[in-house]
Amino acid sequence: MSFDIMLIVDSIPKMLVGIGLTLHLLLLSTVIGLILAIITLLMRISGRWYLAWPAMTYIYVFRGTPILVQIFIIYYGLPQFDFIRESFAWPVLRAPFGCAVVALSLNAGAYVSEIMRGGVLGVDRGLHEAGKALGLKVHQRFIYITTPIAIRLAIPAYSNDCISMLKATALASTVTLMDMTGVARTIVAQTFAPYEIFIAAAIIYLVLTWVIQRGFGLFERRMSRYVKQ
Amino acid sequence: MDEGGQQPVILLEGVSKFFGDFQALKDIDMAVKRGERIVVCGPSGSGKSTMIRCINRLEEHDKGRILVNGHELTGDVKDIDAVRREVGMVFQSFNLFPHLTVVENLMLAPRLVRKTAKPEAREIAMRYLERVQIPEQADKFPSQLSGGQQQRVAIARALCMNPEIMLFDEPTSALDPEMISEVLDVMVDLARDGMTMICVTHEMGFARKVADLVVFMDQGEIVEQNPPAEFFENPRNERTKLFLSQILTH
Repeated sequence: MSFDIMLIVDSIPKMLVGIGLTLHLLLLSTVIGLILAIITLLMRISGRWYLAWPAMTYIYVFRGTPILVQIFIIYYGLPQFDFIRESFAWPVLRAPFGCAVVALSLNAGAYVSEIMRGGVLGVDRGLHEAGKALGLKVHQRFIYITTPIAIRLAIPAYSNDCISMLKATALASTVTLMDMTGVARTIVAQTFAPYEIFIAAAIIYLVLTWVIQRGFGLFERRMSRYVKQ
Repeated sequence: MDEGGQQPVILLEGVSKFFGDFQALKDIDMAVKRGERIVVCGPSGSGKSTMIRCINRLEEHDKGRILVNGHELTGDVKDIDAVRREVGMVFQSFNLFPHLTVVENLMLAPRLVRKTAKPEAREIAMRYLERVQIPEQADKFPSQLSGGQQQRVAIARALCMNPEIMLFDEPTSALDPEMISEVLDVMVDLARDGMTMICVTHEMGFARKVADLVVFMDQGEIVEQNPPAEFFENPRNERTKLFLSQILTH
C-alpha cells in the first residue's frame, strides 16, 4: 500500500467544505447544552425532590448511554410515533440536522450540569456564611458570590467537555450529514484512500481543538487574575 | 425601647443547640446591653462559636429564645433579615470574596441589601478603609494582602452595613503573631466608640483592656461571667482556674 502525502495536502481544502456544518453543530449544541445545564443544575441543587429527581434522571440517562445510540433513537425511533410527527417538534426532528443538534445538546446539558455542580460545590462555605451575615439573600449570594467563583473552578473541566463535543459532532455523519467526517467518508468512497483522507480530517480536528484549548486558556487566565500566582 | 439603654439588645434565654446527639449549647442565658463589650473564652469545642453564630442565625438553635434588638429569631425570614442587617460578623478565616477587589468587597452588601447607589457605596467603603488604615489597598484583590490587612478589610466590610452589634469569631486566631495587634487595635478603637461587641477570643490582654464582662464557657455551658478584674484575679470555678492557668502560663 502506498502512502501519498500530497493526497493529504490536497484533501484538506475539500474537507473544509464540511467545517461549516461541524462548527454549526458544535456552536448550537454548546449554547443549547449550556442553557439546559443551567436549568438542570438549578433543579438539582434546589433542595426540592420533585425538581431534583427529574434532573438526576435526565443526567443519568444521557450520561449512561452512547451519543451514537441516542442519535439513532432520535433519528430512527421517534418518527414512528404519530404524536411526534404531529407535534410542534416535528420540523426539527424530521431533519437529520435537528436530530443531531437535539442529541448533542441533551448530552452536553447532562455533562455540563455536573461540571457546574462541581464548581458550585467547590465554593468555600465560609463565603456563603459571610454573604448571609451581610444580609444577602439566597439568589444574591448565588449570583454575586457562587457563580463567578464556580465558573473559574469549572473552566478546565468545561473546556474538556467542549473538545469532546467537537469530536462528538463527527457522529452526525452517521445520519447522512455532511460535516467534516461526512465529507471525509464521501471522499474515501471516491478515492479508496482512507488512510490519507482520515489523516487530513484528523489534522483539521487537531487545529480546531487547539483553538478551543487556547481560547479557554485565555478565559481561565482572565477569570483567575485574582488568584495568587 | 432602643434608646433606653436598660433593655438588652441581645437576649438569650435557655438556648440549647444539638448537632445530632451532641449538645453544643446547654441552656444558655445571656443578656447584652447596648454598648456593652463581652469577651467569650473557653477551651475549643466549648460552644463559644456556636453561641455567637446562633445570634445571627448562621446556626439554628433548637430550644429557648433569642431576641436581637427586639426581633425574635424564629424561622421567619423577615426577622432573620432584620437581625442580619443590624448585626455584623467577623470570621476567623476572614471570608473575603476572593474575586472582588477590597473596595468591591465593601460595596457589595450596601449596594445589594441597602440599595445604596454606587458612588455613595464607594464613598462609605473608602471611609471605613481609612478607619482601618488601609485606603491604599482599595483596588487590590484580597489575595494580595497580608492576613492582618485582610482581617481589617473584613471588619470594614461588616462596618459598611452600619451594624449596631458586632460579633467577632476568633478574629486573630488565624493570624501570624506580628499581625495580631493591628487587628486588635481596630477592635479597641471600635469599642471606644461605643459599639456593642461580642468577641470570642483568647486575647486576654484585649479582654482586660476593653471587656465589660468576660464569659467563660466549657462543654456548652456558661461556667462563669464577671468583669475582667474579678474574672482574672479571683476566678471562682475550678474549670475557670484550670483554663486561666493553661493560657496565662506562657
